[in-house]
Amino acid sequence: MSRIVEVRGLCYAWEDGTEALRGIDFNLDAGQTVALLGPNGSGKTTFALHLNGLLQPSAGSVLIDGVAVRGKHLAAIRRKVGLVFQDSDNQLFMPTVLEDVAFAPLSAGLSPEQATDKAIAALRQVGMESKSGKAPWHLSSGEKKRVAIAGILASDPLLLVLDEPTTFLDPPGQRSLATLLAGLPQAKILITHDMPFARSLAAEAVFFQEGSITARGSLEQIVTQFDW
Amino acid sequence: MRHARLELWSRGTSFAHRRHPAAKIVVTLAFLVSIATLQPAHWPLGLLYFAMLSVLTWAARLPVLRVQMAASVVLPFATVFAIFSFFAGAPEKGLAIMARSWLSAFTTVLLMSTTSQPDLLAGLEVLHAPRFLVQVMQFLYRYLLVLLEEASAMRAAASSRAGKLGSREFRRAAAAAGVLFARSWGRANSIHQAMTARGFDGAIPRFRVLRPNLADAWYVLGLALPVIAARVALR
Repeated sequence: MSRIVEVRGLCYAWEDGTEALRGIDFNLDAGQTVALLGPNGSGKTTFALHLNGLLQPSAGSVLIDGVAVRGKHLAAIRRKVGLVFQDSDNQLFMPTVLEDVAFAPLSAGLSPEQATDKAIAALRQVGMESKSGKAPWHLSSGEKKRVAIAGILASDPLLLVLDEPTTFLDPPGQRSLATLLAGLPQAKILITHDMPFARSLAAEAVFFQEGSITARGSLEQIVTQFDW
Repeated sequence: MRHARLELWSRGTSFAHRRHPAAKIVVTLAFLVSIATLQPAHWPLGLLYFAMLSVLTWAARLPVLRVQMAASVVLPFATVFAIFSFFAGAPEKGLAIMARSWLSAFTTVLLMSTTSQPDLLAGLEVLHAPRFLVQVMQFLYRYLLVLLEEASAMRAAASSRAGKLGSREFRRAAAAAGVLFARSWGRANSIHQAMTARGFDGAIPRFRVLRPNLADAWYVLGLALPVIAARVALR
């Protein structure tokens, strides 16, 4: 099984000197799904932003599919790592659903026709093909989340990183999202406080505390160990 | 909300809606230039433009009165300038300012009610408007909605605690404006981060390729030419 994510000694400090990540080591193989658990402010999202190169480490290294996340590789890395943000309203910035989903393929240099084909295929994958002409801000929360995921899938990523994906979703929406994600072949990193959702997708978890990974193991083991 | 109403109207399928956005922009510019140069003595021509715009609105299957009401948004601003003219002893100039402002707004609202925002931007690109300017307009529109959402959320939060953010309570309103700016800045940052994560490198790629047809040419000739000809004839 090929290694998708390889993180060694990752450290990150904010501009005011606050240490957000302290020597993170983390691996993920193709097709694996792992849940990132831990209290708010423990560094989970900061860690996720490094996987896509949105933040650069103060020390340590991040490799995606064997390639360092920096400099000239960033464009290619961003096609391989799909970040789904907590608030879909922030993620959907184009005037229509179709244009939004086609944004990444177009940015990658595909023609409008090719990008449209990719976008429609991605929308079909998440069951949102019929909404392609709508303005994103007219969709329900669940629909926005699906479109946000389609926007990522349109780049054919190797890894999906989902930050609190069930926020703003009602229980049927959460179940529907879990079913959708379970059917996607990509490796997944789930940042979540929603344990039923985590259980439905991930057998493995890591626990973050104060910028460090303090444990990695089966989801149930982590839940029991930290009374989570 | 007004922007939502315009967007809803812009999804129509009338003859005007189906025209190429560049053709509609050219016609709008013809109206705007002609209206902007109207003098008080040209009021019959102003009436003619009003009639033309009203008929166009009706032909586009839009609610004429509501579109005209939407254009009234400019009147408070125009009135301020008109008052100066009244006090300066030129009431006819004051009236002309208000009439020109309202007719210009009517023209613009009609364009926005028959053209979706993406098509409008695509039309501007076809007319070789600077790409950077078009992108700034796109972001302005998107971020304006962000600002409205934040303002609406803050107003709801204040109301839920029986508070007020009225204009009379200047200090509280000023503080709220500061918070609104900070929150909007935070949201804008998140949006930029999401864009970067999906490959944004400073330029939004072209998505739409719209091609004008013969009907679009007739639309321009049939509207822009008479509008300009009438204005030139009255010079």
